Amino acid sequence: MAGLKTTPNLNRTDDVYQALIDAQEVLSPADAERFRARLILLLANQVGDDEAVQEAIASAAEGLENADGS
Amino acid sequence: MAKSFAYETYPYRRSSDQDASTPVHHPVVVVGGGLVGLAFAVDMALHGVPVVVVDDNNQVSTGSRSICVAKRSLEIFDRLGIGDRCVEKGITWNKGKVLRGDHLLYAFDLQPEPGHKRPAFINLQQYYVESYLVDRFNELGVGEARWLNKVTSVAQHDDHVALTIETPDGPYDITCDWLIAADGVKSAVRHALDLPFVGETFNDHFLITDVVMQSDMPTERRFWFDPSFHGGGSALLHKQPDSVWRIDLQLGPDADREEEMKEENILPRLHAMLGQDAKFTIDWGSLYTFQCRRLEKFRHDRVLFVGDAAHTVSPFGARGGNGGIQDIDNLAWKLVAVLNGSAPDSLVESYDAERIPAADENIMNSTRATDFMAPKNATMALFREAVLDLAEHHPFARAFVNSGRLSVPDIYENSPLSTACDADASDGLPPGSPAMDAPITVEGRDTWLLDHFGGHFCLLDMNQDGAAHEDPGMHVFKIGRDFQDTHGMAEQRYGSGIYLMRPDQHVAARFASFDADAIRTAQRHALGGT
Repeated sequence: MAGLKTTPNLNRTDDVYQALIDAQEVLSPADAERFRARLILLLANQVGDDEAVQEAIASAAEGLENADGS
Repeated sequence: MAKSFAYETYPYRRSSDQDASTPVHHPVVVVGGGLVGLAFAVDMALHGVPVVVVDDNNQVSTGSRSICVAKRSLEIFDRLGIGDRCVEKGITWNKGKVLRGDHLLYAFDLQPEPGHKRPAFINLQQYYVESYLVDRFNELGVGEARWLNKVTSVAQHDDHVALTIETPDGPYDITCDWLIAADGVKSAVRHALDLPFVGETFNDHFLITDVVMQSDMPTERRFWFDPSFHGGGSALLHKQPDSVWRIDLQLGPDADREEEMKEENILPRLHAMLGQDAKFTIDWGSLYTFQCRRLEKFRHDRVLFVGDAAHTVSPFGARGGNGGIQDIDNLAWKLVAVLNGSAPDSLVESYDAERIPAADENIMNSTRATDFMAPKNATMALFREAVLDLAEHHPFARAFVNSGRLSVPDIYENSPLSTACDADASDGLPPGSPAMDAPITVEGRDTWLLDHFGGHFCLLDMNQDGAAHEDPGMHVFKIGRDFQDTHGMAEQRYGSGIYLMRPDQHVAARFASFDADAIRTAQRHALGGT
């Protein structure tokens, strides 16, 4: 299993972070949400590893409660 | 009733059972003479087992209903003897378009993989397939179909099932060893036994209409997300034989059944889609809400549920009719083996073990497709829009677009009937897989591999060793001896080794080399023995 990379894997981390913020700041909340959904799909495909994507989904959900409090 | 189809009325005939002083006993009674019940009856007739089919109607399907016949079903129909008629009449198609609004997102061409006798699927109205099955059943002359015979009560006893049947001449009783419930999504047998049918019902209504229209539109599947001619819903257009076009329109959760089914309300919707000047007649229509539900078990003692009576899905993915055909393919040979004493009663248990996972897979796929087309919440809607946003320019996103994942045959991965494989597992087919077709030659004549087995256990010997073996007590089909792999496709698909094939053309076991004892043990195991 290739697995999810959790150590730094980008060169210009600050630039990427800023680009993520900049792209969304100009959008309405609804469009920003749409933007993020598109981006997730593009990046998931780019990862090209089903297991790594599933691990990323689990990792992103960590520590968040279900809306019904469960 | 579809207007374009010349319905034959099958005659009600009084049976001598109706004059008997005590209920007459039959080995197998099938309730429901529809697609799945008739296919089962034909399969049993081919094995020489007479079944009694009772149906409350006297005609084939009122509408085109399950129009998409998948390759595996066609292969089963070849075994049953109606494959050629289906393919000759049906429409073979590969091309499709997906549109969003009025804008083409992408076109696709499902180029069929070469080297199979049958195409990936054809479109053919259900009433044709049913009429071919009735013809075939009558031609075989084993068993009988009793039209206008309606089951009104079902009682399970330790060693038989008792039925009361209503006819134009009044009621009569019969008993049977096995009752096959093939009586559809509203199964009277299921209700009589008070069995829960568990799952999900979708809120959206879909208007399904067949129109007869002379049109030079290409033979392709067109699917629209939110077209301007039909605000807020999806639409599907698909061609059938006889210039009949299938149109599905998503109407949303608040549709008024009575209003929507009025021709004066259907016509404007169709004209908006097909053009104000389009000349067509409405052939058949129906308004549906979809369900994805199944029985907890398909076997209840001496009653066995098949097709929609056992499990039901939405039509997207063509998994209803095709799933039911695979049910009877799985069940018929098992019941035959139990009836003729060559297998213990427990073989029938494997019908549940093999077909419940298959039903679950169909339900999962159908649920996902329905959720994509009719998103149930904001997250589903958001991601669907994101997928459609990307699909026009990014081919990867088209893989996420889900307007139905086409039925593929189930591999019985954890089947209790399979024997672990001692051959090279890196190629070929694992136990539980359906057989794959390949073009071959036999005595210099071009033919297809799948036409040479099915109905009985047999060995497919893929070892090019010219070795003579002791008689394994079943038909052996050996590469290089009995057939030539002219195109190399049998080897490509099966690799080497010796395959024990079940009567339903699924792999029971695969061995590296011939071992008569191991083969006998595997066959016993595939017949439910230990």
